[in-house]
Amino acid sequence: MATATSDALPILVIGGGIAGLTAANEAAEAGHRVIIVEKEAYLGGRAIRLGKYFPKLCPPYCGFEINLRRIKQNPDVTVHTLAEVTRIAGGPGAYTVSLRQEPRYVNQRCTVCNECVAVCPEERADDFNYGLTKTKAIYLPHDMAFPMKFAVDMAACQGSSCSKCVAACQYDAIDLAQQAQEKELKVGAIIVATGWRPYDASRMDNLGFGTHPNIVSNVQFERMAAESGPTGGKILRPSDGKLPKRVVFVHCAGSRDENHLPFCSSICCMSSLKEGLLLKEQYPEAEVTDFYIDIRTPGRYEDFFTTAKAAGIELIKGKVAKIEASTDGNYLVVTAEDAVNGKKVHRVADIVVLATGMQPSLAGAMLPGPLEHDDDGFVMTPVSDAGIFPVGCARAPVDVTTATRDATAAALHSIHQLVARS
Amino acid sequence: MANDTAAEPKLGTYICTGCGLGEALDIGALEKIAQAAPKSVTCKTHAFFCSDEGVKVIRDDLAGAGVNHVVIAACSGRVNQEVFAFPKEVVLDRVNLREQVAWSHAAKDADTDALAQDYLRMGLVKNSKSSIPASPVTQEVYETLLVIGAGATGMQAAIEAAKAGHKVVLVEKEAELGGYMRTLHRQLPQRQPYTALMEPDLARKQVEVKAQPNITVMTSAEVVKISGQPGLFTALVKSDGRESTLQVGAVVLATGSSPYDATKLGHLGFGASPNVVSSDTFEAMAKSGKLVRPSDGQPARSVAFVLCAGSRDPDHLPYCSSTCCATSLKQAAYVRQANPREGRAYVFYRDMRTPGHLEYFYKAMQQDEGVFLTKGKVTAVKAAGKNQVAVTAEETLLGGPITVEVDLVVLATGMVPSTLAHDILGLQYRQGPALPDLKYGFPDSHFICFPYETRRTGVFAAGTVRAPMTIADATIDGGGAAMKGIQAIAYARTGEAALPRAMDPTYPVFGLDRCTACKRCTEECPFGTLNEDDKGFPQLNINRCRRCGICMGACPERVINFQNYSIDGMSSQIRAIEIPSESSGKLRILAFMCENDAYPAIDMAGVRRLQYDAQVRVVPVRCLGAINQVWIADSLSGGFDGVMLLGCKYGDNYQCHMIRGSELAVERLGKIQETLNRLGLEAERVQYIEFPISDYQRFPEIVKGFVKAIRKIGPNPFKGF
Repeated sequence: MATATSDALPILVIGGGIAGLTAANEAAEAGHRVIIVEKEAYLGGRAIRLGKYFPKLCPPYCGFEINLRRIKQNPDVTVHTLAEVTRIAGGPGAYTVSLRQEPRYVNQRCTVCNECVAVCPEERADDFNYGLTKTKAIYLPHDMAFPMKFAVDMAACQGSSCSKCVAACQYDAIDLAQQAQEKELKVGAIIVATGWRPYDASRMDNLGFGTHPNIVSNVQFERMAAESGPTGGKILRPSDGKLPKRVVFVHCAGSRDENHLPFCSSICCMSSLKEGLLLKEQYPEAEVTDFYIDIRTPGRYEDFFTTAKAAGIELIKGKVAKIEASTDGNYLVVTAEDAVNGKKVHRVADIVVLATGMQPSLAGAMLPGPLEHDDDGFVMTPVSDAGIFPVGCARAPVDVTTATRDATAAALHSIHQLVARS
Repeated sequence: MANDTAAEPKLGTYICTGCGLGEALDIGALEKIAQAAPKSVTCKTHAFFCSDEGVKVIRDDLAGAGVNHVVIAACSGRVNQEVFAFPKEVVLDRVNLREQVAWSHAAKDADTDALAQDYLRMGLVKNSKSSIPASPVTQEVYETLLVIGAGATGMQAAIEAAKAGHKVVLVEKEAELGGYMRTLHRQLPQRQPYTALMEPDLARKQVEVKAQPNITVMTSAEVVKISGQPGLFTALVKSDGRESTLQVGAVVLATGSSPYDATKLGHLGFGASPNVVSSDTFEAMAKSGKLVRPSDGQPARSVAFVLCAGSRDPDHLPYCSSTCCATSLKQAAYVRQANPREGRAYVFYRDMRTPGHLEYFYKAMQQDEGVFLTKGKVTAVKAAGKNQVAVTAEETLLGGPITVEVDLVVLATGMVPSTLAHDILGLQYRQGPALPDLKYGFPDSHFICFPYETRRTGVFAAGTVRAPMTIADATIDGGGAAMKGIQAIAYARTGEAALPRAMDPTYPVFGLDRCTACKRCTEECPFGTLNEDDKGFPQLNINRCRRCGICMGACPERVINFQNYSIDGMSSQIRAIEIPSESSGKLRILAFMCENDAYPAIDMAGVRRLQYDAQVRVVPVRCLGAINQVWIADSLSGGFDGVMLLGCKYGDNYQCHMIRGSELAVERLGKIQETLNRLGLEAERVQYIEFPISDYQRFPEIVKGFVKAIRKIGPNPFKGF
C-alpha cells in the first residue's frame, strides 16, 4: 500500500457503515488520507447488525473483520465516532466542515476490562439489538465493536452523583464531565455514506406495530436470528420465548406506498425470503407465508427465490389489510386480499415480521451544505463536476454489495478532486 | 527477494498485568520463560502497557537498548494495533493472554497457567523464527490501465482512471465507441422525479474520452493475450490487423453482454410472425423513428411486451436479467409517445421488477391510460392473420386467461455475458486464460462485502459482463473497477498484498533447490499466482499472490515459507507446547484456527467471558488451506491427543476468503486420516469443524464435544516417545 505522502487534503467520509468503511479503505489503500465521521459510538452502521447477508447466509462480522482490520492498521485513516457534521462550506477541492463531537465519557485509556459495567446501577435499551435487550448505562456497543471502548449513555446515567464506574475504573478512563466539542476539518472531497433507518412501522395503523410484542420489524427479526443477538440466534416468540410454528412476512411495509415511502426499498423481498429461510433452517416444519406485491429478486438473486420456493415458503401476491391479536392474545391473525383471485385470505401467526422500508437517514435532517436532496431525502449524484458524492443508501435504497460498489466508485471520484488540485 | 533481517535480533518481552491478568496468572513464571529465551535482552511487566506510559517503556527499549524483536503478552493482537504500532523494522508478536486465557479460563489455576505459559513460549519461538521481509519490488510498475470494452462501463472506467492521472488504453472491438449505448433510443430516468426518459448520454461520453489526453483509444481491436502480473502486465492487442504490445498495470474487463438468442424462443412466438421481435430490435426501430409492423410497414399501434423472454426460465436463462422490466416500460412509453391517441401497450410480466427509484417510473406508466399492465404467464403467441399477432396469457390479475391481438409483439430477451462465448483476456496463466466465472458465465465476485474481489489479482470485471444491470449501475461499476485497478497498481508499487490480506508485507519464498515439480502448488493456488517453467517448476508472480499460504499447505517437500509463517516456525511453536504425562490425565489438543473468522470468534468469546476447557492450544493460521500436513503429523507424533481445524464454510456458498482454503483442508484431511489409520491411530483424532465468526457462543460446546470424543478414544499412544 502506498502511504499518503503528499500534502493533499484528506477525503471526508460521512458515515462509518459498510459503504463508508469501504470508501475509506479503497481511497486510503490507493494512497490518500481519509477521515471517517460516524454518529454512533462504533463503526458498522446497519449492516453489522444484520443476522446474515443474503444470498449466501453468511455473517456480516466476517467482512467487517477484514474491513475493520484495514482501518486499524492504516495510519492514513482517522475515525471520529459520536460525531456529526453540522456545516459544510466551500467547494470542490477545498471544503471546510464543522463537526460536533458528542462526549463518550470514556477516553482512550479504556481497556474494556468490564469493572465499570459490574458496578453500574442503571440500564438502557440496547440500540444494537433494536431495543430487544438492555445494557448497563456504561456499555460496550457490541462484541466486535471498533473502537473497542466502552461508552456512557448519559440519558440513562445518573451522572457524577453516582460515579461508581469512575471509582471502579483502575485506568482513569471514565470522565462523566466530558463536554461536546466543536471541530473543524479541511477536506478536498466528501463522500456521503449516511445510510438509512428503518421506516417507522407504527405509522401504518393497520399493521399493528407496537400493539403486540410478536409483531416485529425486519431489523428486529435480524437481531433475533443473529448469533450475537439476544437469544444467541435462536428465533423465539418475543411474548413468551416459545418456538414459533407459523410466521408471516409482510413485504412492502411502508415501501411502494404513496402515504409512506413511494419508492421500492429494493432489499426487502430478498431479506424477507432470507429471514424465512433462516427460520426454516431452525424449524424445518415451521409454516412461513410471505405477502408481497412483486417478488423482486434481480440477477442471480433469482436462484435465492427458487431456493425459498423449494423450501416451502408460501407466497401470496396481495396487500395486507390488517394484523390483529386473537382474543386470548396468544397469536396473531393476518388478513389480506389475494390479488390473483381477489379472495380474502387469513393466516394465523406466532410472529409477524414487517419488512419496513429504508428511509434515508437524511430524510427530515438534510446535510447543511452544497448538495442536492430529493423529496425523499436521498442525496442526488451531482450532474457535473462536484466534490460531494452520495453512496449506498444515502443515494438510493440498495443492498450491501451495491453499497460497497458505490463506495468504491466514489473513492475514485474523491481522488479526482485531490489530483486535480495537487 | 531474499529474507533480510538487517540487525542482530534483540528480543524484548513485555508482559501486561492489567485487565485482571496479574491477578489471574502466575506472572513470575511467565517472566522466567521470557528471560530464558535466546536473544532476550529484556523482559518487563507493566500494569497498563496500552497506556501512553506503557508504550513508552517499549519505545524506550527500541531506542535505548536496541530492541528489534518485540513480544507483547497482553490483549489480543486484534485490539490496540494503533497503540502498539512500531517502526516496520521491528518484528512484533502479540501473545493473547487476555481474551483467550485470563478472560476465558479459571483464575489462579494450574491449567490456566500452563496455557498462558505455552502461549508465551509459542509467541517467543514464532518471533525468533520471523524476520522482516525485504521488499519484493524489482522494477518500476506500469501505471497504465487497460480497459477492454468501450461501452458505458468501459468508457466510464477509462475517463475516471484518466482523471486520476493514469494513462489508459481503451480497447474496443467495434469501429466506434459506445457499445450497447449506441443502440439506445432513450435511457431510463435517473433523476427526480425519476419519470422522464433521458437522451442517451453517449455523445458527451465519446467526446470526453477523445478529449482526455491520458486515454489512447484502439478501435476494431481485440486483446490476443495478457501475460505477467499486476503492475507488470504485457498485453498483445490486435487492432485493424496490426499487433501491438502494451505494458499495463491493471486490467478492467468491461465487454458487456449480448441479448439472449431470440431464435430459441419459438415457444413465445419468435419466428411465428415477422411481427414478433426482440427488445433490441424494437429499440432499433424506435431509434430509427419507425415503429412499424415488419410484415407490411404499417405503424405498430398496439404492441404487446412479453417479459422474462428467456430469463427466469430453467430451460434458458435461470437468472433474472434485472433490466427488462424497466426497459419494457420504457419501450411502452415509445409506443405511447409515437401515437398518443391510439397507441396501446400491453405489458405481461411475472413480477414487475423496478427497484428503488425506478418505482416512480413504473407508477407513472401505470397511470398512462394507454398502457395495460398485468401479471400473467404468456402461454401462446400466434400469428393472427397476416399482420396481427395474438398473445394469450393465464393467471392474470384480470381473472382467467386473456388474449389480445396486437400489431407487434416484443420479447424482452435477457442478457448473456460476453465471456460465455470466449475468454477475451487470453491470460497466460497456468490455470487458464479466463477470469474464473461464478455462475451462468458471469465472472462476478462471490463476496457480498467485496464486489470487486477477483480471483485474478489486478483484473476486474465490471458492468453487464459481471452481472445484469442498468446503464446507470454499469456506469458506477466502471468507476469502481477503475478504482480497484489503480489500487492494484499501488500495491504492486510497494510489493504488499491486496485484499483480503491488504497491506501484508510478507510473501512466500520458494526453496526451488528442493522442489520436485510435483505441481501441487501451481494447481491449488486459488488465484492463479504460479506459472510453471518448461520443467514444471513453479514460477512465482508475486503481485498476483494474495498471501493465503495455500501453496505452503500443499507442498509435500515443505519448501515454501513466509517470513513470519514458516514450516519450521510453526513446527517449532507446536514443539514449544509442553505435553503433560499420560499419568496426569491431562489432554493436549491443538486447534488450528482461521485468522479471519475462527480466531476473532474466540476473542469475542473472551469478551463475553465464556469459559472453556484449558486443554486446548490455539494456533492461528492464514487459512485452513495454509496448514501443512507435517504440522499435524508432528503434533500427533509429539503426543497431542487430538487436532481440530476450525474454519470457514466450504461448498457452493463457501465463506472462505481464500476461495478454496477450507475445501482443500478437508480434502487433505481425508488423506491424513488414511495415514492415521495405517499407523493404528484413530482418524477421529483429527477433525475439521465448520466455525464461522458469528458462532462464538458455541465454542465452549465445540471444545467440550471434541474433548469428550478424545477421552472416549483415550490418550495418544505416542505420548512420551
